[in-house]
Amino acid sequence: MMRQAIATGSSARRTLSGAARVLLALKLDGPLTFGLGLTAAYGLLVLFSASGGNVRMLIGTVLRLALGIAVMLALARLSPNLLRRASPWLYGLGILLLLAVAAVGHVHLGAKRWLELGPVQFQPSELLKVAVPMMCAWYLHERALPPRWRDLGVLGVIILVPVALVAKEPDLGTAALIAAAGAVVIFLSGLRARVVIALLLLVVAAFALGLRFMHGYQRARLLTFLDPQAHPLSSGYHIIQSQIAVGSGGMFGKGWMAGSQARLDFLPERTTDFIFAVVGEEFGLLGLAVLLLLYTFVIGRSLYLAMQCPDTFSRLLGGAIAVTFFIYVFINAGMVTGLVPVVGVPLPLVSYGGSSIVTELSGFGILMSLFSHRKLMG
Amino acid sequence: MSPVRIKDNWREQRIFVRRVWFVTALMVVAAIAVFARLYYLQVMRQHYYEDLSVANGVRTVPIPAARGLIVDRDGQIMASNRPTFELELTPDEVPDLRGSLQRLAKLALVRESDIPELIRAIKSQLSFDPVPIRVQLSESQVARFAVRRFEFPGINITPQQSRWYPLKNLGVFAVGYVGPISASELAHINQAAYAGTALIGKSGIEAQYEQVLHGTNGYRQVLVNALGREVRRPGVLARQLHEKPPVPGDDVIVSLDLKIQRLAEKLLKGQDGAVVALNPWNGNVIALASSPTFNPNLFARGISEKQYLALVNNPDNPLFDRALRSQLPIGSTIKPAIALGALTDGVLNPTKRIYAGSDWHLPGSDHMFHNYKHEVCGRIGLNMAIIMSCDVYFYQVAYKMGIERLGAWLPNFGFGKPTGIDIPGEQSGLVPTPAWMAKHYPHRYGWYPGDTVILGIGQGSFLATPLQLAHYAGILATRGLSFQPRLATGLRNPLTHKIHWKRPVLDGNLTMISRSSWQVVIKAMHGVTTNPRGTAYWDMINATYPIAAKTGTAQLTREEANGDYNLKATPKKLRDDSWFIAFAPLPKPRIAVAVLVEHAGAGARAAGPIAMKIMNAYLLGPNGKLLPATPRARYSMPRDIAPRVDAGVDPTLTAMERAAQP
Repeated sequence: MMRQAIATGSSARRTLSGAARVLLALKLDGPLTFGLGLTAAYGLLVLFSASGGNVRMLIGTVLRLALGIAVMLALARLSPNLLRRASPWLYGLGILLLLAVAAVGHVHLGAKRWLELGPVQFQPSELLKVAVPMMCAWYLHERALPPRWRDLGVLGVIILVPVALVAKEPDLGTAALIAAAGAVVIFLSGLRARVVIALLLLVVAAFALGLRFMHGYQRARLLTFLDPQAHPLSSGYHIIQSQIAVGSGGMFGKGWMAGSQARLDFLPERTTDFIFAVVGEEFGLLGLAVLLLLYTFVIGRSLYLAMQCPDTFSRLLGGAIAVTFFIYVFINAGMVTGLVPVVGVPLPLVSYGGSSIVTELSGFGILMSLFSHRKLMG
Repeated sequence: MSPVRIKDNWREQRIFVRRVWFVTALMVVAAIAVFARLYYLQVMRQHYYEDLSVANGVRTVPIPAARGLIVDRDGQIMASNRPTFELELTPDEVPDLRGSLQRLAKLALVRESDIPELIRAIKSQLSFDPVPIRVQLSESQVARFAVRRFEFPGINITPQQSRWYPLKNLGVFAVGYVGPISASELAHINQAAYAGTALIGKSGIEAQYEQVLHGTNGYRQVLVNALGREVRRPGVLARQLHEKPPVPGDDVIVSLDLKIQRLAEKLLKGQDGAVVALNPWNGNVIALASSPTFNPNLFARGISEKQYLALVNNPDNPLFDRALRSQLPIGSTIKPAIALGALTDGVLNPTKRIYAGSDWHLPGSDHMFHNYKHEVCGRIGLNMAIIMSCDVYFYQVAYKMGIERLGAWLPNFGFGKPTGIDIPGEQSGLVPTPAWMAKHYPHRYGWYPGDTVILGIGQGSFLATPLQLAHYAGILATRGLSFQPRLATGLRNPLTHKIHWKRPVLDGNLTMISRSSWQVVIKAMHGVTTNPRGTAYWDMINATYPIAAKTGTAQLTREEANGDYNLKATPKKLRDDSWFIAFAPLPKPRIAVAVLVEHAGAGARAAGPIAMKIMNAYLLGPNGKLLPATPRARYSMPRDIAPRVDAGVDPTLTAMERAAQP
């Protein structure tokens, strides 16, 4: 009955009825939606403080969240079959847009990452964060698993073409994340352990080689990570100041709006990549634990949903979405606390700006679509 | 050929689930790593990062402590603080820098020619930090700016604490002055304690009691952002800020009696000289004057090069503290000390009369030692020898004592060593000995007997300062008690007004001198003022109380030593120095005075009348009668403050009784 109502497009009339029925009608997963909502709300609280009480920034983020939710709702309603069939087209579109960026992209802070679509700026690389795992899952969906060498070769091309284009922008962080998303799909598909190990070694070797061809600032970041005190005022500044912010927060934090590192501008990028440090400074270890628990819940629930999916495409894509989400959180937290080098990875659902919040929510929209339509697929 | 592979959904699902669990395990490890890192940063090293965070955002601004005052015994302020005003410019807030400066130039607040230099200086500063563009504004300049203030956004008048000496020149050598901290001083002071302090004591009490006067600077913490700009409204962050109020420096109470000090400086005016008067029973300095003087306010407010050079190049050297630093032969004022030495040694019979003609020569030598102006003393004993200041008599006394005993004896009266007065810069004078002579004049054939002879009349290489002479007069006045001369008698807490009295220091007691010896010498010194043949008879003829005194005429040229001397015909620089010591009233003197007037001729001529006026002013009331001996000043030291007795000094005897304040 419910589904019929949706099919007839009458859901709008029901948005004001009971929450569970609404969620079901919207093809949303209740616990996951709840987890995402709490995380986003926590993020807004932190962002308001990190921005120094900037209401405009808050409104901007709420608008982006709204856009993300709209995309999530829309994607959740699409059938997985449609999503699967759309994958190569989406992927192809992403590649085209990347080429467009290379040709006519907007240069900002020395990097060519943006496309101007009227008043909106758009980062095609964000699209690829979803399109690449989709394409990989699409490719593997037809094939017997675990993948064979030939499949691996094709997947390699699928992944490396956009990665190379994004790395050229240059946006090494996003490129690595795109590559990671593809790699996760391959790993989840059951690639044999010894091949995985061999590939990992290959990546390490490539990395060592790549160090020689890196841009100066990229290499500097990496070396700075290894010894931040060597350049306390230049490239080491971010790491030092973010660790001071986190460390000085202590167990319970300095209190909301009372983080001196953030309020006095010592913490760079405090509303974007380093907002994790603001949480640590103002809410302490306790506040970070709450945030990390929320993330754990979201990731755990996502993996559970992925495991419930009946077909290869859904499983692989759902698993990849969950694991890449974890990777974002881990890299951001690790970067802020000095565990991993400084790469421009925002903290999902909390960092201000960019297209990332929309990308993340659309990922979860896809995940919910895959899960909630599973019975229809037989 | 690989076999045809068939898609096996169940198998794939199993593989997927296994992989998910594997990935989950990896994620748990990663999460533990993050958590361990957070625990390390936020729990184990919290304080370390807290300190860094505070160091980042908190700037400590010193609050200078108010410098202690210097007041005289009646509480009159000799050194105080008052704000001076300077013009400060905050570059950020000035819309038109050049235009503003040019308008200031029209008001004559900056010089037109300085503008390019000012602009360069302003541009080199942080744009939000105020830059002083004009210091030491006069009151009329402040007023001129104040009425036009609205024309100058970003330019403000700010007060700065500065030192002010309301009495100007009066007592400058005792009080001293402050000036900007020099590079060499900066190396010696605790820079943390002086953050925010611009001035430091350079001389006198200001230098000696620098630590006491300075107080303890406080601080105020302000928040600064990453650019170093102060955060005016810190909100909740304010609770991380501390403030410590400054503790003002103690006031120093000096023993000077400004009435006497003023008189002394007035009497010396126009001459080069010094007056030191002290209370012989505790060493408290009543007056410490040196002439000419200078205005210490020049230094505190930043002296110009022109003013400084004028002071330095003045031939009368007004910056030179003659009372403490002028080392000169003291002439016949030394005679009481020589007499006491010879009496104590038993080489002199005070009642034996000998003939003293106009000159005397050493046995076995034909070198003649003359009397002053070839005077003939006649047949005299010790009493008349002191009264008349008979050189020929004292040549023989000194010769009989011999240099070894004289050299050991004279330091008993404070000669040849610093008196220990509590202001810096004191010279120690010189008691010449054969060893000293051999060291400093190796080409001379050692010590001549003649050197001993002229030491008997305070000539030759013997040198002393006016302060030493006053100290010496004090020892004579107390019949042997040597109190360290001192200016600071107490420290007053400016908040509670409680006074911490400093104990006088007794650093010598000449118990080896017999009562009868004292009697003879002091009686003779009394005779100097009462006997018509006394050298100070005419100076003291109007005295209404008994005075003991001794004149001194220190000869500076060879002709003088021969007695062939004409005051008027001698260039001023070579004329005799006029010395005078006195203490009164007998038998228990309350004041001991030493007066030096350089190049003024005989002691009785120039120095004697000054000493007389000073003693009168100190001892006599408005009715011309001797004042009672009870303390009259507001900050008189309480009677129950017993002196501190230096090790090795005999505190027994009647000395301690005598030391009780008269």
